Amino acid sequence: MIAEILVLIFMPVFVSFMGLLFMGIQRKITARVQNRIGPPFYQQFIDVMKLFSKRENIGHNWVFDIGPIFAIVGMLTTMLFIPMGGFRLLSMDGDLIVVMYLLVISGLGMALGAGASGNPNAGIGVMRGLTLMMAYEMPFVISVLAVMVYYHTTSLAEIVGMQSGMWALIILPLSALVADMALQAQFGKKPFDQPIAPAEVATGPIVEYGGKYLGMLMVAHSIGMFVEAGLFIDIFLGGGLLFHQPGIIWQVFNFLFWVLLVFALYTLAVLVNAIMPRYRIDQAFVFYWKWPTIIAIIGLAYALGVSVW
Amino acid sequence: MVDDEKIVSEDMGVQVEKNENMEMRSFGTVKRWATKRSLWMVHYCTGCGGIELAPLMTSRYDMERFGMHPMVTPRQSDVLLITGYVNIKTLKRIIRTYEQMPDPKYVIAFGSCPINGGPYWDSYATINHLDKYIPIDLYIAGCMPRPQSIVRAFEDLMDMIQDGTADGYMRYKKYYEPYKANQEKIFRKWW
Ligand code: SF4
Repeated sequence: MIAEILVLIFMPVFVSFMGLLFMGIQRKITARVQNRIGPPFYQQFIDVMKLFSKRENIGHNWVFDIGPIFAIVGMLTTMLFIPMGGFRLLSMDGDLIVVMYLLVISGLGMALGAGASGNPNAGIGVMRGLTLMMAYEMPFVISVLAVMVYYHTTSLAEIVGMQSGMWALIILPLSALVADMALQAQFGKKPFDQPIAPAEVATGPIVEYGGKYLGMLMVAHSIGMFVEAGLFIDIFLGGGLLFHQPGIIWQVFNFLFWVLLVFALYTLAVLVNAIMPRYRIDQAFVFYWKWPTIIAIIGLAYALGVSVW
Repeated sequence: MVDDEKIVSEDMGVQVEKNENMEMRSFGTVKRWATKRSLWMVHYCTGCGGIELAPLMTSRYDMERFGMHPMVTPRQSDVLLITGYVNIKTLKRIIRTYEQMPDPKYVIAFGSCPINGGPYWDSYATINHLDKYIPIDLYIAGCMPRPQSIVRAFEDLMDMIQDGTADGYMRYKKYYEPYKANQEKIFRKWW
């Protein structure tokens, strides 16, 4: 009980800290890819510190105010259900389905807050964000369905447990590929960053958020990075569990390996981001409902076939 | 019309007083360090200067080294960079942008046109002294300045933020009436 409460307090702090660190490293990597020197790796902490120390915070109304809170709380709630490198806070039957629903809450809350600002750019950004969400959820859900069908369960903990022999990435490579494509849009990286495209809609939903609001959104983003990558790792990479012996030292190693996997997934998305232009929103929609969906359906058929015979 | 000299000279007193009261609290130094190391900039390129900003942001001079980043919305930015001549139409937009930025905010005027009008000093459509309408923390002289001098100006601005002399936003609050009077004078009835 005490240990669970400690984990409950420790995880959000740890995850937001590491998320900000990863985002700083990511800016450095992007800069090196583009032949620049780039900011120091702790730049993201400076940014958040500056945002929280702004003298003025311009709000509009209370719905606008709860937007960032929604974003953080939505992500934290999702985090409770996701096994993170051996740490599991809440688990039950069918939590994979619950997680699929909860993942959307953060984005919807942001949409609510952004819409309340009354800025037309925010409206366009929200529209693009929801369209994109609809686009990537389709192949993503099908590929997750393949995993559910293969393992005959909808419990994340059981899925993680059954992968102790071999990762689902190796058994179901097509579904994993599709889920990683969807991850690119979940992270909001190019070529799927239409909702926050600075040159087109002036950062979209967050156009009116400055100061402390933006600081909170950055923290929410860094939690979200771990949630989204963590879900992928749980489903396809065996939950980041490298060692299966009991013992605290192996648990620590498992957890570190999980963090490393999150970093690897995020870096992959960032490297794609660094060299890619941006799709138009209709192109992105057509892309997601075409090739990834086709591959995902083939992957689902494969999973069905393998699990039956 | 308010005398520019008067605003500046009176302001020295304000700044010292503010420094001691508000800025020099325990977290003041850390806050100012964070502010100076993460200046986000919204640039308003009216005449010249758009060309200079491209090498500044990309791999040639890379201003992200200093934590600076171009931002597209005034709500999220700390520095307003105004480049080139300012005519009456753009001045209106500049003032709106400036007033939408949250405190603390800093303004850099780039080129000789915002300083004294430059070659357009006798035009009917441009204004000559930008600092009559909004407070300016730093000027970059030249027609037009090279990217190196913008980097230099940012470094100076960082020093000014660290020792608390970049206080344009306080000046704007304190002398809001005279600034507004000046603005209304130039816009007349179509403000
Ligand atoms: S400062 Fe020189 S280059 Fe820039 S707008 Fe004025 S005249 Fe043109």
